[in-house]
Amino acid sequence: MPSFLDPIAGFGVTFTTMFRKVTTEEYPEERKPMVPRFHGRHVLNRYSDGLERCIGCELCAWACPADAIYVEGAGNTDEERFSPGERYGRVYQINYLRCIFCGMCLEACPTRALTMGHEYELADNNRADLIFEKQDLLAPLSTGMVPPPHAMAPGTTERNYYAGEFDQPGTSDATDRGDEKP
Amino acid sequence: MTMTTASTTGDVLEPRPDLVTVTIDGVETAVPKGTLIIRAAEQLGVAVPRFCDHPLLDPVANCRMCLIEVEGMPKPQPACAVTCSDGMVVKTQMTSPVADEAQRSVMEFLLINHPLDCPICDKGGECPLQNQAMTNGQGDTRFDGPKRTFPKPINLSAQVLLDRERCVSCARCTRFAEQIAGDPFIELLERGSQQQVGIAEDVPFNSYYSGNTIQICPVGALTSAMYRFRSRPFDLVSTPTACEHCASGCSLRTDSRRNAVMRRLASVDPEVNEEWNCDKGRFAFRYLESDVRLTTPMVRVDGELRPASWDEALVTAAAGLKAAAGKAGIITGGRLMVEDAYAYSVFARRALGTNDIDFRPQGSSAEEEQFLASRVAGAGLGPTYADLEKAPTVLLVAFEPEDESPIVLLRLRKAAKTGTQILSVAPAASRGLAKTNGTWIPAAPGAEPTVIAGLDENTVTALSQPGSVILVGQRAAVTAGLLSAVGRLADRTGAALGWVPRRAGDRGAVEAGVLPSLLPGGRPVADAAARVDTAAIWGVPEVPEAPGRDIPAMLAAIEGRELSALVVGGVRLDDLPADAEAALRATEFLVVLDTHAHGLVELANVVFPVAAAPEKAGTFINWEGRQRPSSQALRTNLMSDARVLAALAGELGVVGLDGDLARLRAQLGEFSGWEGVRVGSPDVAAATGEPGPGLLLATWRPLLEATVLQEGEPYLAATARGREVWLSAPESAALGATEGQLITVTSASGSVTAPLVVAETAEGTVVVTGDAHRVLGQSGERVQIAVEGQG
Ligand code: SF4
Ligand code: SF4
Ligand code: SF4
Ligand code: SF4
Ligand code: FES
Repeated sequence: MPSFLDPIAGFGVTFTTMFRKVTTEEYPEERKPMVPRFHGRHVLNRYSDGLERCIGCELCAWACPADAIYVEGAGNTDEERFSPGERYGRVYQINYLRCIFCGMCLEACPTRALTMGHEYELADNNRADLIFEKQDLLAPLSTGMVPPPHAMAPGTTERNYYAGEFDQPGTSDATDRGDEKP
Repeated sequence: MTMTTASTTGDVLEPRPDLVTVTIDGVETAVPKGTLIIRAAEQLGVAVPRFCDHPLLDPVANCRMCLIEVEGMPKPQPACAVTCSDGMVVKTQMTSPVADEAQRSVMEFLLINHPLDCPICDKGGECPLQNQAMTNGQGDTRFDGPKRTFPKPINLSAQVLLDRERCVSCARCTRFAEQIAGDPFIELLERGSQQQVGIAEDVPFNSYYSGNTIQICPVGALTSAMYRFRSRPFDLVSTPTACEHCASGCSLRTDSRRNAVMRRLASVDPEVNEEWNCDKGRFAFRYLESDVRLTTPMVRVDGELRPASWDEALVTAAAGLKAAAGKAGIITGGRLMVEDAYAYSVFARRALGTNDIDFRPQGSSAEEEQFLASRVAGAGLGPTYADLEKAPTVLLVAFEPEDESPIVLLRLRKAAKTGTQILSVAPAASRGLAKTNGTWIPAAPGAEPTVIAGLDENTVTALSQPGSVILVGQRAAVTAGLLSAVGRLADRTGAALGWVPRRAGDRGAVEAGVLPSLLPGGRPVADAAARVDTAAIWGVPEVPEAPGRDIPAMLAAIEGRELSALVVGGVRLDDLPADAEAALRATEFLVVLDTHAHGLVELANVVFPVAAAPEKAGTFINWEGRQRPSSQALRTNLMSDARVLAALAGELGVVGLDGDLARLRAQLGEFSGWEGVRVGSPDVAAATGEPGPGLLLATWRPLLEATVLQEGEPYLAATARGREVWLSAPESAALGATEGQLITVTSASGSVTAPLVVAETAEGTVVVTGDAHRVLGQSGERVQIAVEGQG
């Protein structure tokens, strides 16, 4: 049964809302930080000396439910070394037209080469640019890193790398994945 | 369920005394005596985990993965090494906790020293160790000590790499090398946790069959240099194909990724290659990606070969062939599938109106042609591999199976183990013959017909036993009288006669009538009934009657201006006799259909690119006469030879030539079962060997050498056998040379220097192995020898 006070009650809602805290986000002028485990664009990490963590094993491609990843492995040589050990990812592509950001690929990666960052601005006006190549995905070189190919640190073998001696605290590899969090 | 050995006739299975009854997991079954428990379990659908067991290798029970419980035996037993006995009660891991626990313990033990580097291991994803660790292992390890490690990987050969830490010491590879290939270059060395596969220093694993060890290694310990890290099983699209490299006719599995072949594996085909193949068939496929692949038609304009449209090329080719009406012939190679060979055969008769067609660029004779017409064409299947296995005696003539048809060698080895006597009429006792425990019957080049005619009574008696087989190689063509002598011997002894050509398409070409005197299905051109029959199948009033020319005659006719145009398909300049180039240059109009640009293409007026074997479907016919169907493994825009010829015939105004595979096959089928007149056996006298200076050269083509189909395979090429000069002990002594010294052999066409091997060779003969034939020429040439460094 409508009451003649209803319109006034309506204005009451409007009136109280005027004094509420605004939730509108002023994107893109203002960008909010994501929750730590947000699944954004992938990053292919490096060891602290710049060598790539990826060994081109294709396990990420295998795990991917959307068939978004394409990897071709190849062998390192002493003259041309991209990663510690025998094998590296020569071709690495993620197709962001297919990726559903599920993160299965990260679970599969045996070297923690692949993690997801917080970048989510993945729109474009053509398909080709949404297939990210290895150079687009590789983590930027930070201080102390030398771009591969180069040799492993003197006196070390891939075992030292796999044992964590060249991990990058504070970057998007091991520690940043939140594994240690409850 | 009752198992018997395959019975082809009876439907009713009668109880047989040689069956034993065993109970496996509570199910009773009867199996032939001597059946291993693991096989009996397989027949019931129970998979006992295993590593070392392989149905074609002798049991060793090395890995202990297959432990099962047998009632009445105190300890678990290896299912792969214990045979079933009557009344045996077996419990596998399915019903026995003891067996299950035993298997889990073995798996845990195997994994103690396994590196578990699956992410960088080529076997990952198709690895029996991975799979069985999941099905018959436990999820976790209790071992936390340091694992045994080795520096990785080591080269057993240029092609085969060994990661020692992955090896589970199953001895499959070493047993294969010793039992199947007869190349015991690898062996299990050391003991305990240091046990590893190894080679003798400086003796790499250069076996023609080495790739099989990679395929049967149950872990990723053996990998191939060419496939290493290139893809994962889930990337691969597998296509059943037939090998295009030789007339053994192996069934292969071609694995491609993104329309490029990544690897090839031997498929299981018990009647032909069993589970094996040779390294050429396995590794030689990069020729498909060669830089000199032809992709567009080309037309010569003002002396310059330039790319053209299909239309332009077809019109130009048709105009040229029309201008040469009645003066055009066809030369094909032996690499064509039978449907394509048939298309050439029809094209010659119908579009060019000629019998000038021949598939034998690498040495032929009229005697060979008659031999093929009388005994090979339309002869159907046989003798077969199975016949070799059962034969009491096999005689090889002008045939070196290891190089010329490697699966035949494997079968002969298998046969020899069960008592088949192998004899070889050859210029030398080769290593391949030694592998079959064979007996050498010396014959200098050219003397083979005499030797065969004069075979001693014992040999003739041995060959007269029912089931004996004579295998004659394609090389016999160049020795006058040899094929006649072999034919007579077969008739005299009743032995089955098999002709073993070298290339995969040779037998198919014979069946398709790519010979001047033969129509398809063994119908002689000279026979009117055969021509009428052929014309009826083709739906034409008549087929040309005039006798055709073989390749030497065609080349001569070009020089004599009786021929002015040639269509050449799948032939390389170095396939042809040395003087052919001049004739081909003199050809007014040359149409070439090929996959790769090479010397002959340079001479052509019109070039049509065609699909290579893995890029099209079709059939090869192997030396047995068996059809080897092959599916299309790669997508391509290129057409088969048959389709190009059909288009060209259309342009020439000849209707009814078909490029469609199914219709070609159906039509070819109509040609089988010719019951009319056949060409008679050749009867050519042996040439009387003129004594001359120097020695007689004996040589043959090796399996691995630098050919178009082996292009782009550095690892494979590095396992090829080098040149060697074989001389008998007295001749080496006369020369004053010792084993290993460099000897120079000089023929009319060139000279070769290679280390001396003191071997058993026929008197007055020097054998030069490896690819020396390219320089020195064919067997039977007179050559001079000298020790390097001495005047
Ligand atoms: S996040 Fe999921 S969908 Fe995207 S690449 Fe990884 S596995 Fe594939
Ligand atoms: S990102 Fe990880 S899982 Fe993917 S190929 Fe590289 S190492 Fe393997
Ligand atoms: S290398 Fe492979 S096949 Fe050979 S013994 Fe080791 S595991 Fe077995
Ligand atoms: S034996 Fe002949 S058919 Fe078999 S793989 Fe080797 S080349 Fe091919
Ligand atoms: S499979 Fe039986 S012991 Fe290896």
